[in-house]
Amino acid sequence: MSTQNTSDTVTAILVRHQRDATRLVQILREIQEQEDWISPEAIDTLEQELAVPRTKIEAVAGFYSFFYTRPKGRYRVLFSNNITDRMLRNIPLMERLCASLWVERGKVSEDGLVSISTTSCTGMCDQGPAILVNNMAITRLDEARVDAIAELIRAQVPLADWPPEFFHVEDNIRRSDILLDTVLEPGDALRTALARQPNESVAASSSRSWREGLPGTEGGPAAMLDEMMRSRLRGRGGAGFATGLKWEACRNAPLKPGQQRIIVCNADEGEPGTFKDRVLLTRRADQVFEGMTVAAYTVGAQRGFLYLRGEYRYLLDPLNAVLARRREEGLLGSNILGVPGLDFDIEIHLGAGAYVCGEESALIESLEGKRGTPRNRPPFPVTNGYLDQPTVVNNVETFVAAALIALKGGDWYGTMGTSKSSGTKLLSVSGDCARPGIYEYPFGVTVARVLEDCGAEHTQAVQISGASGVCLASSEFGRHIGFEDIPTAGAFMVFNKSRDMFEVARNFIHFFAHESCGFCTPCRVGTTLLKNMMDKLAHGRGSLYDFGEIEKLNQILLATSHCGLGHSACNPVLDTIEKFRPAYERHLLHDQFVPAFDLDRALAGARQMTGRDDDAAHIGDME
Amino acid sequence: MSEGNFTLDGEDIPFQEGQTIMQAAMAAGKYIPHLCYHPEFKPHGSCKLCTVRVNGRATASCTQRAASGAVVESNTHAINDERRALLQMLFVEGNHFCPSCEKSGNCQLQATAYELGMMSPHYDHFFPNRPVDASHPEYLLDFNRCILCSLCIRASRDVDGKNVFALSGRGIKTRLIVNAKSGRLADTNFSEADKAAHVCPVGVILKKRKGFAQPIGGRTFDLNPISATPHPTIKEG
Repeated sequence: MSTQNTSDTVTAILVRHQRDATRLVQILREIQEQEDWISPEAIDTLEQELAVPRTKIEAVAGFYSFFYTRPKGRYRVLFSNNITDRMLRNIPLMERLCASLWVERGKVSEDGLVSISTTSCTGMCDQGPAILVNNMAITRLDEARVDAIAELIRAQVPLADWPPEFFHVEDNIRRSDILLDTVLEPGDALRTALARQPNESVAASSSRSWREGLPGTEGGPAAMLDEMMRSRLRGRGGAGFATGLKWEACRNAPLKPGQQRIIVCNADEGEPGTFKDRVLLTRRADQVFEGMTVAAYTVGAQRGFLYLRGEYRYLLDPLNAVLARRREEGLLGSNILGVPGLDFDIEIHLGAGAYVCGEESALIESLEGKRGTPRNRPPFPVTNGYLDQPTVVNNVETFVAAALIALKGGDWYGTMGTSKSSGTKLLSVSGDCARPGIYEYPFGVTVARVLEDCGAEHTQAVQISGASGVCLASSEFGRHIGFEDIPTAGAFMVFNKSRDMFEVARNFIHFFAHESCGFCTPCRVGTTLLKNMMDKLAHGRGSLYDFGEIEKLNQILLATSHCGLGHSACNPVLDTIEKFRPAYERHLLHDQFVPAFDLDRALAGARQMTGRDDDAAHIGDME
Repeated sequence: MSEGNFTLDGEDIPFQEGQTIMQAAMAAGKYIPHLCYHPEFKPHGSCKLCTVRVNGRATASCTQRAASGAVVESNTHAINDERRALLQMLFVEGNHFCPSCEKSGNCQLQATAYELGMMSPHYDHFFPNRPVDASHPEYLLDFNRCILCSLCIRASRDVDGKNVFALSGRGIKTRLIVNAKSGRLADTNFSEADKAAHVCPVGVILKKRKGFAQPIGGRTFDLNPISATPHPTIKEG
């Protein structure tokens, strides 16, 4: 690609984005999609045309896993490396592809054609092993498919001409309840919300908001907010904050001149083992957007974003088509459904491989075109969010539930589930079971019931809510899914008795170390220290001393980390040490402390360079 | 402006509305260990060394607003243990060889480690490969010692209006970069007059040919502990 071509390509992309530096993450993504990488010449053009310092562009480009400031080949293959992919033997498949294409893992082939590496969970755990090729998802890998892919790459067949069945993603809905059973006609929920009349006390309590000139003076928004409160809906992203309270806080947040309120749908479904939002965005996109529009109507927002994780790039075009249709139907845009002043539109921003952007303030930073570093809080997004404006950030599932509440009312919704967890929850079930997929249950369901329904046998453990969640042993399978017992964002990974729970924990720790944003000392360094300690155990150099060290690190990460990533990074280890101690003891070969440094392993690089593996090229530990 | 009081390790500390715990403590002459905080710049809250307990809850004191009646603990055995561990993390993630470092005695990382009685790095060193940048005629960048505090970034952006520095990469691969296509300081508009040239708490941004003009032993923190002079004007050479 010549410099002039690059410059023209970048300029065309910039024109589409109105040369708006807050759209930098989207601009960089589009450059890479066209150019295969983000070259210094591309950054030259960005620097000139956006009039922002080069440091800012390189800072952002360097943050996201899917942005490459060095060439990574025309075909960039990333193997999802969640523990569920590992259990489906992704690594031998990756080695097969590497060998077939004569390329070393993590490197670019000598002809610059292809690179092969691993990536964090891509949200295809129910149909793994999965890969991304130039960010497009391919599922159900086996040896035949790997060989076919090698052949396609060797023949330089454009990705668009690869067999469509490679890219087929199953929804795998195994159990449905109110959320998945209700199919709304586009606009139904919104029409019902608009027609709601507040009773006198609701109208009086919200009079302050009317004076601020919020739309819908007939009183619908206050009534809708009241329905949200009655529903007792709690956020489905895991933390479980009351949705009604969040909307109310945003609605009541004062606006400075020129500001507006913002609705953000968090579809950065990065928690390993979670894929429910993928299915909702495939099957219920209208309901997601309708829920966002109801939220906009309720809080008085004009602008909305769907922040879609980069791994779900294949959903971008279908979702944009839904948005376009909704605009035509008068469900988005100006004067929605003919209500004067009811203006709201949604645009989709794609992430680029950063788990931490699932944290709402990091997500907002990314929406603003920055590195996805969590902000200091307070202030919270409801008052100071996107470009310092009052912002509601809710999970995909939360908006789908909100649309349902708009249609059927808060009291109806609140009757389902338990006292502290109303409604239903989608679980993403994967791992050792006969029927992985999506299961919707009213809150309060036991772990044992889910295991039975998904056909899990000889189950040793279940990891609930992903790497940052909780690991349950069989004695705990009577416990209940719900905020009063086991809160979850939806991941439900099953491990049978043949699995090494130490390796499960080690996989999660590697994930955290890879995904730490690096902002604060304890998480940046601590997660890598933890990773090294787990590797030390795996290399047979562990002792009781290392147990103590891991526990000490946990205390430091808990007390001093900047955000939840650091706070929860030790959870998988501490849980498995407590509940599956024999799995660790197998790795504790020493009574006394042994240094992590291994003389023989340190010589591996030299052996590789010299092509030797004879006895004289090895050295034993000095006793 | 309204005022109030909180207690810091049992002592009453007055504060004005809007002040952080760190600002109020420093105004009262109390030292809370810190590295990324500097009174002249917007608080960043990344090194986490200034973590205290406010009513039992851990938080960074440089970003936490003071609140009336709050009970703040800082100088306790448990909290200082955490701080020592954070210091050890900073030492092992970079390459810090104090005895041969030009900044020894003027280095806030070293002085804070002395202050808190850090006796060893404890963790295994990472030994990262971080080449130095000696391209600039007057200044040297030794990235081996960078603790990613972002003070030079804030100084260059907010005071000098230049954006010479930024952080790129992610996680343990986070690194300091400079504003040039070549990646070299010589190709930026960095100059000795910049505020950014004088804020590095460790030995990354160094004036050339002045490294040992003042002998070790008579330097700032050789004479006084950092708790007595948290932000001294450090003479270069």
